[in-house]
Amino acid sequence: MSSMQFGIFSVSDITQDPTTGKTPTEHERIKGWVAMAKKAEEVGLDVFATGEHHNPPFFSSSPTTTLGYIAAQTEKLILSTATTLITTNDPVKIAEDFAMLQHLSDGRADLTLGRGNTGPVYPWFGKDIRDGIELAIENYALLHKLWHESVVNWSGKHRTPLTGFTSTPAPLDGVAPFVWHGSIRSPQIAEQAAYYGDGFFHNNIFWNKEHTERMVQLYRSRFAHYGHGEPEQAFVGLGGQVFMKQTEQQAKDAFRPYFDVAPVYGHGPSLEEFTEATPLTVGTPEQVIERTLSFRDYAGDYQRQLFLVDHAGLPLEEVLEQIEILGTEVVPVLRREFDLLRADGVPDAPTHAARVAAAREAGTQMGEQGNAWQEQGARADLDTGAAIARQGGEA
Amino acid sequence: MSSPRIVVVSAGLGEPSSTKLLADRLRDATLTALTAHGQHAEVVDVTLRPLAQDIASHMLTHNATDALDGAMKEVIDAEAIIAVTPVFNMSYSGLFKSFFDVIEEGQLASIPTALGATGGTARHSMVMDTAMRPMFAYLKAQVVPTGVFAAAEDWGSASGLERRIAREGQELADLMVAMPRRREADPFDIEGDAFVSFEQMLGHA
Repeated sequence: MSSMQFGIFSVSDITQDPTTGKTPTEHERIKGWVAMAKKAEEVGLDVFATGEHHNPPFFSSSPTTTLGYIAAQTEKLILSTATTLITTNDPVKIAEDFAMLQHLSDGRADLTLGRGNTGPVYPWFGKDIRDGIELAIENYALLHKLWHESVVNWSGKHRTPLTGFTSTPAPLDGVAPFVWHGSIRSPQIAEQAAYYGDGFFHNNIFWNKEHTERMVQLYRSRFAHYGHGEPEQAFVGLGGQVFMKQTEQQAKDAFRPYFDVAPVYGHGPSLEEFTEATPLTVGTPEQVIERTLSFRDYAGDYQRQLFLVDHAGLPLEEVLEQIEILGTEVVPVLRREFDLLRADGVPDAPTHAARVAAAREAGTQMGEQGNAWQEQGARADLDTGAAIARQGGEA
Repeated sequence: MSSPRIVVVSAGLGEPSSTKLLADRLRDATLTALTAHGQHAEVVDVTLRPLAQDIASHMLTHNATDALDGAMKEVIDAEAIIAVTPVFNMSYSGLFKSFFDVIEEGQLASIPTALGATGGTARHSMVMDTAMRPMFAYLKAQVVPTGVFAAAEDWGSASGLERRIAREGQELADLMVAMPRRREADPFDIEGDAFVSFEQMLGHA
């Protein structure tokens, strides 16, 4: 693996193929996802990331189930999300689910937290969209605690308190899954990522480069402010959206019918206008390479690049072909070119093995393998039974 | 310091447009009144008709073309706004509303603003108070008390249109001088008041 990670991410939409009139079933799309992930590994991509939604036309309501199933059928692929809803999910369940995924996949799991953007999801899960930022801050504070402390006492505004709670399983090798924080336009989330020294993922696929640059620069400067290193040492991930054929004309001819009626931008700007304004690249593999390398001009040296390839009703065979081209023609060149351009001192993309080594070095490894956990466990106030008894007595 | 900028937004569809005509008259009245205050201003025209497709695309994708982005920035950065629309079906035109839908809550806060509307007959004149004022109140613009409605017949009669225009221009100029807009802090400026640090978010700063 090179110093950057490349992969695909999906919003999991079920959309009619406008060229055939055929709409895939949920079952077809779900199985197609597994085929996409396996193809991604086969052609040498690093990451497969699932979105999370709780309403049609999306099907990805249960990411760790999906990623666990894919983990069982792959060897090297990193299983990730884009995004996991930190607002409406119980942070305790996120801690448990992703630690379990981390164990089952032997450390190939990380996640991107996001607030979600479908209004009714908040009330469906008993939350208020106006609390979105507050939920993201509070819930992640708890999630972080659950992955870094053996026994947790906690109380907050949006969840029932915890006394003497231990999240199981503990993170693999005493090192939590790497966390990316995703936000398109909220400076608070860039600030949050910087505060914890976590990664920041900007899904730039519908945005101009000026906007992406502003978000990334804020994150980098605040990452340094909080003492995690130089701005260039922060962890940045970006999106991208591509469709490739051997000539630009073929690519445009094939993609235009999907573009023109796509749920997210159809009936709006022309393919050419949208290509100009956003990272969307429809053309040859060489054009995709050139465009992707240009992201570095405004985001700096970055660690993770995820491409959207499976939306708007594109049939599975077409999607698999796109993954094949990415893996065989695009990503090998991007790895080489990005590595040549890369400044000294820029960290590699986070992997479990490297994080375990670093934690061992720093003495911050938790759990059975590390000391930090045992030291905490020796504290009487963190003893589970005693804490529960005390809480009972207070009540 | 450069001169304050008055941005004139007109949503007329015809060419020539009586909406643009009213906007221009309000502009001139404002400049005249400013001169009496010993001040002057630059004027920027934002005509919505050429932006119609860009506005529709923005509604669908949140992506602004350079032209629309430029127009939005002019309005958001203005020291004063003159906004004039034709009346359709008892309200501002859809194009006028769609343009201001691109503006986010708070971005027009405290900007001195003068409103105008045009229509076939004076029966539509309440639109200024029933539709336009509520929207600009929501956007927190400072709207002057007079709003000029110009019916087709007003252009050919001594109906006092010129007097109403002069009064509204005077009010806008007075407001620009007495209560100039306050600049909101940029939430991305880490030295600025609008930036929220993580300690503040956690509630112990």
